[in-house]
Amino acid sequence: MSTITLLFSIFLLTLLMITTMAIVRTRNLFVAVMLMGIASLLIAASFFLLDAADVALTEAAVGAGISTVLFLGALALTSERERSPSSLPLLSLGIVAIVALIVIYATFDQPPLGSPSAPVQAHLTPWYIESTRELIDIPNVVTAVLASFRGYDTLGEVIVVFTAGVGVLFLLGTGASASAAGAPLSEDNAGLRHYLIPRILGRLLIPFILLLGFYVQFHGEYSPGGGFQAGAIVAASIILYSLLEGEQRALLVIPQGVLLAMMVGGVLLYGAVGVAGLVLGGNFLDYSVLDSDPVKGQQWGILLIEIGIGITVAGVLISIFHAFASRGAA
Amino acid sequence: MNIAIDIASWVLLTLGGVNLLIGGIGVLRMPDFYTRMHAASLTDSMGAILVILGIMLQAGLSLATVKLGAILAFLLLTSPTAANALAVSALLAGMKPRTGDAVQRTNHEADA
Repeated sequence: MSTITLLFSIFLLTLLMITTMAIVRTRNLFVAVMLMGIASLLIAASFFLLDAADVALTEAAVGAGISTVLFLGALALTSERERSPSSLPLLSLGIVAIVALIVIYATFDQPPLGSPSAPVQAHLTPWYIESTRELIDIPNVVTAVLASFRGYDTLGEVIVVFTAGVGVLFLLGTGASASAAGAPLSEDNAGLRHYLIPRILGRLLIPFILLLGFYVQFHGEYSPGGGFQAGAIVAASIILYSLLEGEQRALLVIPQGVLLAMMVGGVLLYGAVGVAGLVLGGNFLDYSVLDSDPVKGQQWGILLIEIGIGITVAGVLISIFHAFASRGAA
Repeated sequence: MNIAIDIASWVLLTLGGVNLLIGGIGVLRMPDFYTRMHAASLTDSMGAILVILGIMLQAGLSLATVKLGAILAFLLLTSPTAANALAVSALLAGMKPRTGDAVQRTNHEADA
């Protein structure tokens, strides 16, 4: 890490500290949501400085983008101000202080940041880097690790996303009853339709945002990106559409049934690729048997499961947004 | 030739940075919401143009320059729109711009 990068990292982390302190101290929830968006962006920038472009992209798309919108949707249902605590939380302060001291003490045993002799770099990582070329032959090692070498973990992550979506829908409802098909568009639920400038600009930008989403999806083997990021970007474009044109019009574009099918279908596609490996005589999630050439098979498998991830993530995020938005309108 | 490009890009980057700094000072020092937004949005657009042009000169004729151009186009479309949307919603929410009279009154209050 060069000196300038180091200085810039310290600058970013200092800003991050200031932002998090402000989040803790403010009683205005709206301000807190905005500050959390800023904090996410700062974290994304420091991930990027650490050469973790894939993680940075995820953090920027999900943390700074979608979560902010979802938090705002949740805020519309509650009050804007946090209640002041009834008593001084001395017990919590004590516990946090003790845990912080233990964590700080533990960092003394850590190898220096990015040290090549750190245990995490010494065993599996060189193997990943060396065998990606031979076994999978795609440039982005992160995608190879995420989608193939550690396909089980990623399947688990997709199921976590799916479960979270199902949980939110159980709590808030799908909002399907509020927006029965063919219902006339009510004025108060018509989004920002009366704001001409954002609406026209949004219409101009949404196709490009979708295009970027698909680029991130299908270029994930060559550059930072993949299903998680692409799903978030596609969801962002649909959410932008429903903010501008009203929620019901967005539900006409992608009805609730299609969203539910997306949530389930992506996970099923991922699982089906795994089962296909079993049927063709390999192990679960072993893509090598999907094609006569094992390397080609790996690439097919990664492509398919990334599509599955993208579909599920987009479906879940859009559904959660609709669940919050329709609740606010009711 | 290289030195000329370097100098030009550094001039652009510095000017862009100065613009953004002025914007930051403006946000802190201006008296009410609308003037603060005015300071932030104008300098933000100008700063983005200058900084990205400066980086483009460093990148030369490459794919990176095309990507920077796309980012610049995106910023030039979105940031004035965001400023406009923010100002319109503030106005609709009933936030009155401060007139000269009100500024004097707050000055008195500050003095008192």
